[in-house]
Amino acid sequence: MHTFEFIRPEDSAAAVTAAAQTKTAQQGADVRFLAGGTTLLDLMKLNVETPARLIDINRLPLAKVEATPDGGLKIGATIRNSDLAHHPTVQRDYAVLSQAILAGASAQLRNMATTAGNLLQRTRCMYFRDTAMPCNKREPGTGCPAITGSNRTLAVLGTSENCIATNPSDMNVAMAVLEATVHVQGPKGSRAVPIGEFHLLPGRTPQRETVLEPGDLITHVTLPPPIAGSKQVYLKLRDRASYEFALASAAVVITVAGGTVTWARVALGGVGTKPWRSPEAEAALVGQMANVPNFRSAAEAALRGAKPQSENAFKIELAKRCLTHALQTAAMS
Amino acid sequence: MRDDPQAGLSNLSRRTFLSAAGSSAAAAAIAGCAPTSNRSAARGSPEAVAEGPNIEGAVPVTLRINGKEQRLLVDLRTTLLDCVRETVALTGTKKGCDHGQCGACTVHVNGRRVNSCLSLALMHDGEEITTIEGLGTPDALHPMQAAFVAFDGYQCGYCTSGQIMSAVALLKEPCGPDDAEVKELMSGNICRCGAYPNIVAAIQQVRRNV
Repeated sequence: MHTFEFIRPEDSAAAVTAAAQTKTAQQGADVRFLAGGTTLLDLMKLNVETPARLIDINRLPLAKVEATPDGGLKIGATIRNSDLAHHPTVQRDYAVLSQAILAGASAQLRNMATTAGNLLQRTRCMYFRDTAMPCNKREPGTGCPAITGSNRTLAVLGTSENCIATNPSDMNVAMAVLEATVHVQGPKGSRAVPIGEFHLLPGRTPQRETVLEPGDLITHVTLPPPIAGSKQVYLKLRDRASYEFALASAAVVITVAGGTVTWARVALGGVGTKPWRSPEAEAALVGQMANVPNFRSAAEAALRGAKPQSENAFKIELAKRCLTHALQTAAMS
Repeated sequence: MRDDPQAGLSNLSRRTFLSAAGSSAAAAAIAGCAPTSNRSAARGSPEAVAEGPNIEGAVPVTLRINGKEQRLLVDLRTTLLDCVRETVALTGTKKGCDHGQCGACTVHVNGRRVNSCLSLALMHDGEEITTIEGLGTPDALHPMQAAFVAFDGYQCGYCTSGQIMSAVALLKEPCGPDDAEVKELMSGNICRCGAYPNIVAAIQQVRRNV
C-alpha cells in the first residue's frame, strides 16, 4: 500500500477544502474520503486506489437518521449500513431498503460500511481489481479484457464497448426505487442529485462512475415520504445463499387496488453498469392486473435492451424471473 | 510506483502533518483540519508513548484493547488487524484473506463486530477494542468459547477466534430463533474445514442459555 497523509477534519467544510485539491473525484483520485473503509482499504491494498491523502470523515456529525418536514427521511452519509437497516422507520416505511442492505455483505461489513460509501461502492470485475490486467475503468484506453474474457458475473444492461462492469451494490437498487436524492457539499456550495442521475453509464469514460467533482462530499441522502399502502420487496439471486454479490436482483415498490397495479417502481441489481431503474417495466405494470403474465411482460420490458456477453446470457432470463418473482411476492404480501 | 505520496498536492508533507501536530504550518494549510494524531500528540509527551520499533513517520494512536489502554506508535497504513497482532502482539486474531472476505480477523470495536483487516488503527483512536484474548481465560472460558469446545466447533482452528468473536457479537444483534438465521448472520466467517454444523450448534446452545 502506498503511504498517504491522514487528516481528520473538524467539520464538513474543512473536509471539502481538504479534498478540493484532488485532480479528480473519480478513479485515480489523489484524495479520498475515508468512511467505513470496506471498499477503499480493500482497493488500496490492491494498489487499484492510491490516494496521497485520506480524509477520515467518521467523526463528522453525519450519522443520523431524521424525519424530514415533508414526511420523508434524511439519512446521514456515515450511518452504518446495519444501523440503517435496523432503523424502525426504515423497517416500517422503506422495507425494501432494509431488505436490500441486509442482503448485502456480512454482518461485520455492514457494521462498518456507510450510506455514502455504499453509493460509491466499486465494481467487483476481476480485471478492475487486478493491476496486472488492462482495464479501461482503472487505466483509460488500455482495453477491456472482460469482453473477451471472464464475464459471467458482469453486466448486460448499460454496457459499452469500453466497459461491462457491474455496479455491485444492493442498497443502491433500493435507493433507485425509493427515488432517493443524494445531497452533496462541494467547493461551490451544496446541491441535490436525484439517484437516477448520480451514477453514470460507462460509455467512453468508464473511469467516471458518478457526477462527483473534486471536493464533493456526500453529506446525506433523502427519501420522499413513503407510498401509502405500498408493498416492497428486494429479491437477490446469487451463487451462494449468503455473503455473495448478486447475479441478479430486483427491488420493487408497488400498490395494488382491486387487483390492479396502481403504482410501480422497479429496479434491477447485478445486471447493470449502474443501479438499473426500469421505467419500461413500471409503464408496463401500471393499470394492468396484478398477475404473473403481466409481471412477466414487465420483466420482458425491463430486459429488452439487454446485451449478453460470452458467459452471461443466462443473467437475462435470471433477471426476468427474479423481477417476476419479486413482483409476485410483493403483490401477494 | 510513486515515490512521493504527496505528488500533485500541496506541500503538506506527511511528517509535517502528523508529527508536528498542532503546528501552525499544518493548521494554517487547511483551516479547520487537524491531523488525526493531534489529540494524542498534544496530550501525550513522547515519553508517554509506548516503547516501540523506530518506524519512520510513525504516528501515535491510543487504543483501549481488552480493557487496557495502549499508547502505540504505528505506521499510518497499519490496519487494526496488524496493530493488534504485530504491534500489541495479541496473535489470537488471525489474518486470513486480508480483504474482508473470510472473517478470521473479526474483533469488536465499541462492542460491535468488524473486519479488522479493512480498518486502519488510526481510525479507532480512543476506541474500545475487544479481541479473543479479552473474552475469557483458559481457566474461565467465555460461555461461547466453552460451547465451541463442547460442540467441537472447529477442526484446524484458524478461523475459530473470528467465529467466536462474531458469535459473541451476534448474541446482542437482532436474530431470529432458527438455525437458518444464525447461519445468515454468521456467513461472514468462512471455515474451510467445514465445521459449520457444530458452530451453529454451539451458538444455539449459548443463545438458549442466555
